[in-house]
Amino acid sequence: MSPTNYLLLSALLFSIGAVGVLVRRNAVVVFMCIELMLNAVNLTLVTFSRINGTLDGQVMAFFVMVVAAAEVVVGLAIITSIFRTRQSSSVDDANLLKY
Amino acid sequence: MTTTLPALSALAQEAQPAVGEATGTASLAWLLFALPAAGALVLFLTGRRSDRWGHWLGLLTVVASFVIGLLIFLETVGLAPGERTRELALYSWIGSGSLNVDFGLRLDPLSLTFVLLITGVGSLIHLYSVGYMSHDPGRRRFFAQLNLFVAAMLVLVLANNFVLLYLGWEGVGLASYLLIGFYQDRPAAATAAKKAFLMNRVGDVGLALAIFLLWLELGTTQYNEVFGRIGEVPSGTVLAVTLLLLLGACGKSGQFPLQSWLPDAMEGPTPVSALIHAATMVTAGVYLIARTNPIYDLTETGRLVVALIGVVTLLIGAIIGCAYDDIKKVLAYSTVSQIGYMILAVGLGPAGYALGIFHLLTHGFFKAGLFLGAGSVMHAMNDDVDMRRFGGLWRKMPVTFVTFGLGYLALIGFPFLSGYFSKDAIIEAAFAQEGWQGWVFGGAAALAAGLTAFYMTRLMFMTFFGERRWEKVPAHNGEAYHPHESPATMTVPMIVLAFGSVGAGAALYPVLPEWLAPTVGELRELEGGALPHAVVPWLVVGLSALGVLAGYLFVGRRPVPVERPERVSLPVRAARADLYANAINESVVERPGTWLTRILVYFDNRGVDGAVNGIAAGLGGSSGRLRRLQTGFVRSYALSMLGGSVLIVAAMLAVRFA
Amino acid sequence: MNVLSAAGPIVPDSGGNVLLIVLLLLPLVGSLVMYPLRGNVALAKGVAMAVALLELVLVVLAWVGYDTAAAADGTRFQLEFSASWIPAFGTHIAFGVDGIALVMIALTAFLVPILMLFAWAEKLPEGRTASGYFGLLLATQAMLVGVFAATDVFLFYVFFEAMLIPMYFLIGRFGGPNRQYAAVKFFLYSLLGGLIMLASLIGLFVVSGERLGQGTFTWAELQTMAATVPTSTQIWLFLGFFVAFAIKAPLFPFHTWLPDAGAEAPIVGAVLLVGVLDKVATFGFLRYCLPLFPAASQALAPLVLTLAVVGIIYAALLAVGQTDMSRFVSYTSIAHFGFIALGIFAFSSQAFAGATLYMVNHGLSTGMLFLMVGMLITRGGSRKIADYGGVAKLAPLLAGCLLVAGMSSLALPGTNSFVSEFLVLVGSFPNAPVFTIVATVGIIFAALYVLWFYQRTMQGPVRGDAVTAALERAGAGGPGAMTDPGIAAKRAGTGFADLGRREIAVVTPLIVAIVVLGFFPAPLLDVINPSVTATMQEVGLADPVPVGGTAR
Repeated sequence: MSPTNYLLLSALLFSIGAVGVLVRRNAVVVFMCIELMLNAVNLTLVTFSRINGTLDGQVMAFFVMVVAAAEVVVGLAIITSIFRTRQSSSVDDANLLKY
Repeated sequence: MTTTLPALSALAQEAQPAVGEATGTASLAWLLFALPAAGALVLFLTGRRSDRWGHWLGLLTVVASFVIGLLIFLETVGLAPGERTRELALYSWIGSGSLNVDFGLRLDPLSLTFVLLITGVGSLIHLYSVGYMSHDPGRRRFFAQLNLFVAAMLVLVLANNFVLLYLGWEGVGLASYLLIGFYQDRPAAATAAKKAFLMNRVGDVGLALAIFLLWLELGTTQYNEVFGRIGEVPSGTVLAVTLLLLLGACGKSGQFPLQSWLPDAMEGPTPVSALIHAATMVTAGVYLIARTNPIYDLTETGRLVVALIGVVTLLIGAIIGCAYDDIKKVLAYSTVSQIGYMILAVGLGPAGYALGIFHLLTHGFFKAGLFLGAGSVMHAMNDDVDMRRFGGLWRKMPVTFVTFGLGYLALIGFPFLSGYFSKDAIIEAAFAQEGWQGWVFGGAAALAAGLTAFYMTRLMFMTFFGERRWEKVPAHNGEAYHPHESPATMTVPMIVLAFGSVGAGAALYPVLPEWLAPTVGELRELEGGALPHAVVPWLVVGLSALGVLAGYLFVGRRPVPVERPERVSLPVRAARADLYANAINESVVERPGTWLTRILVYFDNRGVDGAVNGIAAGLGGSSGRLRRLQTGFVRSYALSMLGGSVLIVAAMLAVRFA
Repeated sequence: MNVLSAAGPIVPDSGGNVLLIVLLLLPLVGSLVMYPLRGNVALAKGVAMAVALLELVLVVLAWVGYDTAAAADGTRFQLEFSASWIPAFGTHIAFGVDGIALVMIALTAFLVPILMLFAWAEKLPEGRTASGYFGLLLATQAMLVGVFAATDVFLFYVFFEAMLIPMYFLIGRFGGPNRQYAAVKFFLYSLLGGLIMLASLIGLFVVSGERLGQGTFTWAELQTMAATVPTSTQIWLFLGFFVAFAIKAPLFPFHTWLPDAGAEAPIVGAVLLVGVLDKVATFGFLRYCLPLFPAASQALAPLVLTLAVVGIIYAALLAVGQTDMSRFVSYTSIAHFGFIALGIFAFSSQAFAGATLYMVNHGLSTGMLFLMVGMLITRGGSRKIADYGGVAKLAPLLAGCLLVAGMSSLALPGTNSFVSEFLVLVGSFPNAPVFTIVATVGIIFAALYVLWFYQRTMQGPVRGDAVTAALERAGAGGPGAMTDPGIAAKRAGTGFADLGRREIAVVTPLIVAIVVLGFFPAPLLDVINPSVTATMQEVGLADPVPVGGTAR
């Protein structure tokens, strides 16, 4: 089996995610784009796991999922809290931490 | 002598007397300076508690020193001339590697002569000060400092090596500083004290460098070893050493070009002027050159410079002395001039060492007497020093007048008084030099003798004769003058010194050169030269008589105005301005120095420290600019992260595939 | 084990004499004890003083135990202790003293109790307690013992940097109005130098790895290989150490932190800083630069001598121009450091001995000068010279003590400093005549700045804002008052008072030391001389003036 297609898909997903993070302002959408990038990486890891016949890649993928889940929990909580105080979910509005 | 060296210079080697161990009374020599030093210590430490008896303690210690000195002197006289040089090593003072400096004393005819002069005149002046300072609340402090001076001066003359000499040398400088600035709430006194110390330090640098050179060449600072082996030193170095020593002597003795501190030093109490700035400390330069005579013997050029300095100074002193109205300053310039004679004498080499010391001794008597007399006059005249306010005082203070008058006659070289013997001998020796030197040295010395007679006669007339101008004007402190004779504590020392002024010359003339011979060599009388010996006394006495006559014509016959006339001729104006010595010092040293200091302070703050702070500020400023990159926009951070990752990946690829 | 047996060299890691460790730990523990005692200031001060005095007693024991005969026979260090520290880097906890280090430790131990007595009733800034103050003094002392006693180069470096910490707090917490600026400047400047030295230190370790097969920081091992290191390598390593020491000393042109730190530090801090802490640099020249980089030291000596001599004249002129008393004393110290550096880089045993003695004497004389200035400030509340005048009339004892300190500072014969200055100059003359002549001219300037300062503050009529204000506060009358201020001050018993009993107790040991060491320096010189001879051998030079001089 050739990994090319899987890797191309993975790269496509990663690029969409990266562009989304850079161009979208809505924090929730940015978040989802990050998830997209993480999953693109997961796809790559699983692909190589399959090709090499080892379980290392799959184990890594599980770790990534766990981290992603934890991240979502904390991140969404922060976003909600910011939305409550500032009535906005735009990442550009939360720019007090500078200089 | 401990060293057994091949005699490279037979002359120097031969001239050095054998050094014996000091035994008997001489082993107590350390008490000579220890007693006054202990007196000073007690007076300083007990503070006001010793106000009531402190001055007697001060006097007692110096008298005790005198007695010990006299005993050692008598013991030494009893020895054969070859055995009169003895040393007393007390302990090792500074030692490191090949350098070893002993705290050791040298008792020889030269040092013993000085011991007697210092403690003898010192005792008299201590006694005088008991009366003179009786109304001063700082009398205890005064005696403490005077004792400190005597101790330091004794260390200076008793030292058996150059470093210990330097200790005494700067020690008397400290005492002189303290005593000139004794009335320390007077700014003029404080400034004069500082000036004296600084100009002395200039000389001290010369002395110090001479010591360094000698140690470098000979590895020792001990007199007997240095003098014994000085012949091994290259002649250029010997010349340098003599010139550096001369610089030291110029600083301490107020010789040209470092003469201008000495007249200012008259800000100190008058007994100080008598003891330190006339009889003893300022003659230390003469002592130094006489002491180092084996070095000067080797260099004609060095001696010539010494004699020239002496000639220049004796003329400067005599000229300026004619113009001042301040009685103490006239005497001070007279001192400058007389020390010029002594320096000239020792500059003449073996023909003059003993004569220099001879004049130093007689001068010690009559100049101390003159200063004490001046102090007595000031004591009577509300501490005023302006002679234009004096006049006709001889009736009011007869003892002072007589003793002062004898000192005056001695100073101008009245036949068969002290100064006649000592000064004439120097002038004769100067005329006996070969070639131009005889004419220049002798002529200048004889001319200055005439000037001396003039300014001293002027001083006598303005102070003791003529109109009683003090009856017409109030004193500087606003009260009326009530001249009176001084108490016995003051007159007794003056009387004793007056005897010295009269008789010392005649008494010492036949014996002194022979007594000093073990230290400074036999007195060599030169034959021939510019003028024969028989003519010179007539010439000098004649010139002096002319000076006296001029003094009478200019001052004695005419009324003296109380206010100083300002419309005077150019020479008088120049003399009143110290021949512009202070102006030169000010414009060449003081003012550029002040500016340099200011510029350096600015440079240090702005330049050096500015560079340091500038670097710090530059770092802070650039980090402040870099800070601006942190915009607070999450997406820009994300972009930079992406850019960074792409760069890293690209770099890795480039490395892998390039 | 006999604590006082000083005998010969020991094998690394074998332990040894613990006296030096005790000397190091005692003040350190003392300073830590200050924290729980902060509530009871009187007790804290008492404990601190007791610790300082005990330390002094122990130092006297060490002095007695130091065997000068053994040192002359070639024992480089005594009272040695060695234990392994980080084996991977070959570092040791190694202590030992030679004569040079011993006199410096003794100076510290002598000064600290005096400083505590001076600071006993000092008014501290708001919210600060004397326990912290005294604790920092003790901590500084501990670091200084460490830095002088270390025989492991890495350990030396650690103490060299660590001593900045208590001094930083001493200046930053207890100093004058501009103390933060001064403390930060002092710390950063010194740290910069220290880090450059660290780079050199690592380089030295690498070089020793190449030469000896195994890297080491032990001083004695590094010294034995020093002669085999190529000069070019030595120069780079030397420069790293040199910059650190030149900043710390400080030499011109790295000196500008000192006037700020000296002026803003509390007086006791200034005394420790200028009197002892800065001597670590000159000590470092003698102990590290010269023996470890002998070829580089000789190659670069003209450079150092130039800086030293420029510093002597330059700082003396600047001292004349100062308007602030503490800055004035700081600048005089920079001039004196020039003399020390001159002596060290003139390579003769007289100059070395003079430089070492100068370190001690300068600690005494400048220490006393700072203390006298401090006593003036206590009375007048101002650091400006122009605020004082004619003090001698009001406080003759104070003026007299200031004069003694000043005379010692200008190296008047009969005071301690003369012996050292004479040795430095006479010893430097053979190898560096031109530099020595310029430095000798510098003694005129020394007289100028001391006497000018004395004249402005002490002599003349009673004047100056600080003095008249103090007299007015006491009701003794300022300008315009009917009575003479001097008499009125005496009558009131207050105003600008003369020295009190405690202050007399502070200055007495200093004056005694100044005078006694002026006439009888042998006790110090006997200890210093063997170590100086050893240093000469390590540099590999013979004395320029043999017995009997060069003319023979």
